[in-house]
Amino acid sequence: MYGKGLRQLSIATVAALAVSLSLVFFYAPLDADQGFIQKIFYLHVPLAIVALLGFIAGGVFAVAHLRSDEGRWDAYSYVSIHMSVIFGVAVLVTGSIWAKASWGHWWVWDEPTLVSFLIVFLMYATYYPFRYAIEDRDRQARYASVFAVTAGAFVPLNFMAVRLAESLVHPRVFATTGGGLPGSMMLTFLLSLTAIGLLWVTLVKFELTAKSASGQLKRLRRALDAPPAGGRPRVAPEVS
Amino acid sequence: MTPTRAAFAAILGKDLRTELRTLQSLPAMALFAVTTFVIFRFGLDRTALSGSLAAGVLWATLLFAAVLGINRLFVSERGEGGFDAIRLAPIDRTALFAAKAAALLVYLLVLELIAVPVFALFFLDSAAALGPLVAVLLLADVGLAATGTLISSMAVNSRARDLLAPLVLLPLVVPLMIAATGASEPLLAAGGPAYDRFGTWLGVLALYDLIFLLVGYAVFDFLLED
Amino acid sequence: MPALPLDEAGKYVAGAYVVFVVLIVVYVAIMAAKLQRIERELRELAAFAEARASGDQAAGVREEVGA
Repeated sequence: MYGKGLRQLSIATVAALAVSLSLVFFYAPLDADQGFIQKIFYLHVPLAIVALLGFIAGGVFAVAHLRSDEGRWDAYSYVSIHMSVIFGVAVLVTGSIWAKASWGHWWVWDEPTLVSFLIVFLMYATYYPFRYAIEDRDRQARYASVFAVTAGAFVPLNFMAVRLAESLVHPRVFATTGGGLPGSMMLTFLLSLTAIGLLWVTLVKFELTAKSASGQLKRLRRALDAPPAGGRPRVAPEVS
Repeated sequence: MTPTRAAFAAILGKDLRTELRTLQSLPAMALFAVTTFVIFRFGLDRTALSGSLAAGVLWATLLFAAVLGINRLFVSERGEGGFDAIRLAPIDRTALFAAKAAALLVYLLVLELIAVPVFALFFLDSAAALGPLVAVLLLADVGLAATGTLISSMAVNSRARDLLAPLVLLPLVVPLMIAATGASEPLLAAGGPAYDRFGTWLGVLALYDLIFLLVGYAVFDFLLED
Repeated sequence: MPALPLDEAGKYVAGAYVVFVVLIVVYVAIMAAKLQRIERELRELAAFAEARASGDQAAGVREEVGA
């Protein structure tokens, strides 16, 4: 039952988002260097961290799928990657806005984390054309899991390589998280991170529930010997 | 010789002998590389290259030529039932991965044997950089062979396989390209080869090779399951 | 690093948060469409099952009468 606990989770997410937004705008102090612009940090960085963790989760679920050959792990992996790609769009757009506000350009190659993230995003965006090009459903699921595992191994390597490529002349554009953050900012950041994390989990559960409902519907239709519904053939994984 | 090792040798031998007899991939790859160099000459409006431009042109061309070979790597297996044969044989299926990766490595080395001297002829002042460049080429080729074989084995079973392999492969080899060009750029500097962070980049290449050889070894069995 | 004056900077910050909200709302809208489709299909299936059940009933009655 995927929908179980979805209401509590949603309430918790809304509460966390409300609290963190309040903290961002009413509690966190203004940054000395960047001023009000720095407030984007509380949105952009948690989105990025959660998206990356989501990709890793997709890889872990893929490993479980390969070992157990159970369909639900494949569904978890698919939805995790799907959600992280969507969050990835948000990361890139908010990052671009931050770059424009800080440096006057909508894109900068100087920020190694943003560039690494772009490459990771491009890698996972190929998951869909790749998946849908394979017709046999079982094979599609297995290959998708192999892709998710390979891409998971790729992520840390990519961040390392891009960071090394970074010319030591250009300073980091965005404030570093962790070291140097005053307590009030750290608290706000951690709460934002929690809120975005909860949002990710809630939306993933939401999507899994919808998929599960569709799957049950198909099952019911088959059991009743009813004629198949119209519409395009679904290739995305079914959850039963 | 264990049956797995014998299978490895047999598949590798078959591939190399087939390529030697039919010359399907290699001439095309080499010709493509040389023509691309000419296109770059006109596209960039330059007759001499050094530093980052030289590294970029060289590695981008080698990568795209490699994709030509990667697209064709498993075509015979798919057409002639090679996958089924491996599934039935009482050996470690990873022998197929190892043999194909080794074959691709050989193709890449032969490609570079032709393309790199031509590149030097077209664009470089001196051949001094070519010696140390060999180390970079070798390490990068191993990584390219590992990921290329992995992606190719999946793409061959899909629709639009010629499109899929480059699409998925290109982001995957970005770290490899970063390291290869990072090491090559100082080597190809105008004043003579320099070795800025040469060891670091070679280390990154070696790490990339290790990781993707391991990943390939770990997942290849699942790819062959029916 | 020059800090933009509050009114200019505010637009960018607002823009970023607006993008975030829009993405969430678009996602919810797409899921709503999916839910509508599921509801419609369930309705069709319920009608189909009922029609079949009453059809069986009618057939059962006819058999009784016939036998």
